[in-house]
Amino acid sequence: MSVQRKSGEHGSVASRPREQWTGQLGFILSAIGSAVGLGNIWRFPGVAYENGGGAFLIPYLIALVTAGIPILFLDYAIGHRFRGSSPTAFRRLGGKAGKWLESLGWFQVWICIIIAVYYAAVVAWAASYFTFSFDLRWGDDPGGFFITEFLQTSDPGFSSQFVPAVLIPLVLVWVAVLAVLGSGIAKGVQRANIIFLPLLVVAFLILVVRALFLDGAMSGLNAFFTPDFTALGDPNVWIAAYSQIFFSLSIAFGIMITYSSYRSRKANVTAPALVVAFANSSFEIIAGIGVFATLGYFAFQQGVAIDELEGLTGVGLSFITFPAIVSQMPGGPIFGALFFGSLVMAGFTSLLSVLQVVSSAFQDKFGITARQAALRVGSALAIVSVLLFSTTTGLITLDTVDQWANNVGIVGAAIAATILVIWVFRKGPELAAHLSAVSTFRVGRVWQLLVGVLAPVVLLYMLIQRIIVLVTEGYEGYPLWYLAVAGWGTIAVIVIGAITMTALRWKHDPDEFTPWPSTEALKELKK
Amino acid sequence: MTGIAITFFVIAAVLVWGGLIASIIFLARQPQVKNYPEGSELVSDDD
Repeated sequence: MSVQRKSGEHGSVASRPREQWTGQLGFILSAIGSAVGLGNIWRFPGVAYENGGGAFLIPYLIALVTAGIPILFLDYAIGHRFRGSSPTAFRRLGGKAGKWLESLGWFQVWICIIIAVYYAAVVAWAASYFTFSFDLRWGDDPGGFFITEFLQTSDPGFSSQFVPAVLIPLVLVWVAVLAVLGSGIAKGVQRANIIFLPLLVVAFLILVVRALFLDGAMSGLNAFFTPDFTALGDPNVWIAAYSQIFFSLSIAFGIMITYSSYRSRKANVTAPALVVAFANSSFEIIAGIGVFATLGYFAFQQGVAIDELEGLTGVGLSFITFPAIVSQMPGGPIFGALFFGSLVMAGFTSLLSVLQVVSSAFQDKFGITARQAALRVGSALAIVSVLLFSTTTGLITLDTVDQWANNVGIVGAAIAATILVIWVFRKGPELAAHLSAVSTFRVGRVWQLLVGVLAPVVLLYMLIQRIIVLVTEGYEGYPLWYLAVAGWGTIAVIVIGAITMTALRWKHDPDEFTPWPSTEALKELKK
Repeated sequence: MTGIAITFFVIAAVLVWGGLIASIIFLARQPQVKNYPEGSELVSDDD
């Protein structure tokens, strides 16, 4: 077994040893930092409320156990066993036909490239709003301020008119994130998460406690937790639950494959994954309490019911509804700073993880360092990000690209990964045995069934349903030509990017690799 | 809060936050496997 040290620690795609997290805690915090993002704060509470309130917990938890955690295990297994970025790991998993599977890895990398360029813009908006909180810059009309004054939004298209108020913070976000990324895994990504994740939790808990003591907070919590059991008979509610779990856990687009590839070979894989999954959901419940207690206060102030409020999710909730609430609240500036500070920290650590997928893939393929990847690839992405998202059409472009990258790109990548890994390459037994060999929480046939049957069926339904809606109804009333370019064009960029990157030569042969435990040893364990 | 809302809050807290606490305890008690497969002596053990 002399091959292990040679190919295992060095991964053989680089002349240097593969970087590693300094320990279990650093990895877990970084993985939680990735999973806990903007969606936890601005998406989950509204989705839960609109899909049965307290009753939503039932499909949500079932989705967590039957799809979220199993796919998270799959990502961890692929990254940990094949010890590489997404393209490297899939190539090695595929063996002789690995070249074909490498393209799936690049497909995931290109999804991350697309997400990174617009996600950075949202972090920049949140950073701006953090400073705006102190003097309640949005005044009496937060909606008008956000759309017209701050973003200077124009009609759908591709403007070359830059908005300095967005451009400057966006450049600063890129400088900060690339500085962290260039410092590598332990000194960069892990250190940032060790600082920001506890800060995020503390800041958000202070916000939640404050919100609970506001007038009307309890009616907000009543709205959030009171179950509507009739919702459970609606297939769309179940799809909403699976979607929420799926998009929230940072699964199936390379992040968890990349992060687990930096773990030592003997690292426990599944037990930390359970901590990550439950920590992510725990934060979502806290976010739901904080957001709905605050919305309860807003409804009380307006003299209306919660269901009469608008802008309960997404960009509208964060940049229009919350500023309006902050303006009315005693101690509003501090509350606003806590809220937008939390958004910045949650978004920043998630952005880091998305970019780490890109950095790791380029490091593996071209034999470059983390610093070189940050400077060369990261700078290119920063330029694209600034060109597309700091102009007067940035908001609409972001909204459209996000819709396609997530609902078509990531869901499509997940379906391809589960079907190819489990059914075409038949790696389910090997990956299950690998997880059980190194982990204290063992998995077997049930896991393979969940990943190979249930997950692709649900995801396929989600994908088909979404494509039908996008094709027949369009999106947000935007012109068809625009959706063709910004929406379907995004998918075309991802596909072409994946094919092109797969065709390029490797600096070091990625196939000189022997996984540990060996397949023979795994078979021996099963006897 | 109404009784039904409190009930569902408690269910959420027990299942989700309880799940987090249980998974942390499980990991703390069993941080790594006792016996690794063949060849484990040749790979690093620094985690």
